Amino acid sequence: MELLSGAEMVVRALRDEGVKYIYGYPGGALLHVYDAIFQQDEVEHILVRHEQAATHMADAYARATNKAGVALVTSGPGATNAVTGIATAYMDSIPMVVITGQVMSYLIGEDAFQETDMLGISRPIVKHSFSVQRPEDIPSIIKKAFHIAQSGRPGPVVVDIPKDMTAPTERYPYDYPANVKMRSYGPISRGHSGQIKKAVDMLLAAKRPVIYTGGGVIMGDASEELIKLAQELNYPVTNTLMGLGAYPGTDRQSLGMLGMHGSYEANMAMHHSDFILAVGARFDDRVTNGTDKFCPTARIAHIDIDPASISKTIDVDVPIVGPAKAVLKEMLELVAEAKAKPDAEAISSWWKQIDEWRQRHGGRFDLGDKMKPQQVIEMLSKVTNGDAFVCSDVGQHQMFAAQYYKFNKPNRWINSGGLGTMGFGLPAAMGVKLNFPEADVACVTGEGSIQMNIQELSTCKQYDLPVKIINLNNQSLGMVRQWQDMNYESRHSQSYMQSLPDFIKLAESYGHVGMKVERYEDLEGAMREAFAMKDRLVFMDIYVDPMEHVYPMQVPRGAMRDMWLNKTERT
Amino acid sequence: MRHIISVLLENEPGALSRVVGLFSQRNYNIESLTVAPTEDPTLSRLTVTTIGNDRVVEQITKQLNKLIDVVKVVDLSEGEHIEREVMMIKLKANGQMRAEIKRTADIFRGHIIDVTPNTYTVQLIGDSAKLDAFIAALGTASILEVVRSGVSGIARGEKVLSV
Ligand SMILES: Cc1ncc(C[n+]2csc(CCOP(=O)(O)OP(=O)(O)O)c2C)c(N)n1
Ligand SMILES: [Mg+2]
Repeated sequence: MELLSGAEMVVRALRDEGVKYIYGYPGGALLHVYDAIFQQDEVEHILVRHEQAATHMADAYARATNKAGVALVTSGPGATNAVTGIATAYMDSIPMVVITGQVMSYLIGEDAFQETDMLGISRPIVKHSFSVQRPEDIPSIIKKAFHIAQSGRPGPVVVDIPKDMTAPTERYPYDYPANVKMRSYGPISRGHSGQIKKAVDMLLAAKRPVIYTGGGVIMGDASEELIKLAQELNYPVTNTLMGLGAYPGTDRQSLGMLGMHGSYEANMAMHHSDFILAVGARFDDRVTNGTDKFCPTARIAHIDIDPASISKTIDVDVPIVGPAKAVLKEMLELVAEAKAKPDAEAISSWWKQIDEWRQRHGGRFDLGDKMKPQQVIEMLSKVTNGDAFVCSDVGQHQMFAAQYYKFNKPNRWINSGGLGTMGFGLPAAMGVKLNFPEADVACVTGEGSIQMNIQELSTCKQYDLPVKIINLNNQSLGMVRQWQDMNYESRHSQSYMQSLPDFIKLAESYGHVGMKVERYEDLEGAMREAFAMKDRLVFMDIYVDPMEHVYPMQVPRGAMRDMWLNKTERT
Repeated sequence: MRHIISVLLENEPGALSRVVGLFSQRNYNIESLTVAPTEDPTLSRLTVTTIGNDRVVEQITKQLNKLIDVVKVVDLSEGEHIEREVMMIKLKANGQMRAEIKRTADIFRGHIIDVTPNTYTVQLIGDSAKLDAFIAALGTASILEVVRSGVSGIARGEKVLSV
């Protein structure tokens, strides 16, 4: 058996796990590992400019591929800089392996230079974590880390490695395990057949059904089964913010997004439904609105890989614990075999009702003198044929992107839903572009968010990552401002972005192309030009109406159907 | 309602802090917590008593089950079970209080395990309610120190919690 040092084992194990890129930043505790990286060329290291960006790049790779991304950060400040990225992945159940350097094992606990208790700091935001105590455990720990991160309900795993575990002088036989056995961890591989049967009976008997799906369908690779089931039955589908793209957004049966900024028709349909099939969604507060008023006439079947997500906030009638793909497959078979068929008459009048709701609002917004952010997203959708990877930051622009970019494929909409991390967008776009060099990759952002990781423009230059930055510049922290307009009589406390940089010059100084767009008439030409520049990063600084609000917006603690439709009109 | 939750846990560094952290992170309450290795040194047995409605307790057991180090979880309060807690209580014991304390301890089947001219230390084993009752029964005796182990529990009958 080959003898390797701990540092070499780290790199070799990543290679054997099929990892092509790792995203990271070196430091004292990782010097042995970085030396091992230097001496091989199978695993490529991408040097970011801030560790947060490394985690978001790894995270976005995972969101686009459903495979764990890998970040490598040093002890102390390197590790703490990664914390926001780990929490971002955790909240959205994204598989990720974060390797953190640690001080020498014999110094732990002594407040050594650049020591932080990373296992302690990250404990509430990881699926699991490991501390390497013996170098020879490195291969099996890394194997377990990937296994845990990618199976069951996915999530980030931290592997903390004290520097002495990677010493180049000590060598150990290297053997990468083929599989993992853990008596305390065994994710479920299929749902309970009796429960699935019950859900199918209810599904077929429903008169006003809605299929409500979340990120679990995307991470669970169940989009195909979802589409088949919905189309077989001719039932409406609504996706959460995390679930967009699982069902084609341009299809007639798609109601778009539901929840706080969901479509009028999606929220109305949910409220009036008599049966909800929830798949890989977690009934979170941004979806349900007031839980006591949630969908009063609906019975609910809920498929989720995580039993703790079921009946956590909303009690359901038929819980089904299992992977979305396997359960939906079984449902499809049962539907095909079933003697009972959906009540065609009831379903057609349900569609009639839904179409009326669509007519009533259907994503309309008012045009004005100034360019509207919605217009920009619609243009982005047009210019990229609805086929780009759209990586978003957090704020109004994120909601507009979710509402107006029609995603027809899963894994194309990459955003921080659960944590709502400003600064996510650019590194996410970089992580996707690196792995999908031929694809159009847009970063939809705002002048607030982009400045939270703007330093990564430098990384983009170094590694040739020609993403297109669509900066919806409203000169304000728009989402904060909107809440201040609605709840604080427009007292705009600290939500105005003063002293903005000249983004064009800024982009140019990093070696990229900048474009300023102030009039809607210029938008299409500029955007086409930007996307035509296949090998250049283009920063499009697009000035949009600062007064615009995101609508619909649910009335706090109301029912699903209680919404503001514009500044003056309420349901 | 009060629940006694028993957990079989990998005896690994950090495992206990994950369990305790879960309770604070998710805002669950811990009344008492005991933990020690089992006959198999790779496994620890942990008992938590907590107060919560059914929904909260269901979440607690589900969330505990999700922890990678947790091998098994059972809510003992769902079935017949036995709970025990050990208490050591140091009391001022002068004059006629010495006899009084001895009598009360006998009634509760406690043992005096340490004696000085001015103090008694009583050991008592039972469920938590019995220990509470003993403290109440001491009346005017002056308590110097109370140490309670927290609750340990086990199911009645042939049911066992093992891997
Ligand atoms: C790191 C971080 N800090 C603060 C917030 C709170 N927050 C949510 S949206 C928002 C404003 C975002 O401004 P901008 O990026 O310009 O987007 P806009 O809403 O204007 O489109 C803020 C401050 C957050 N989500 N993340
Ligand atoms: Mg803004």
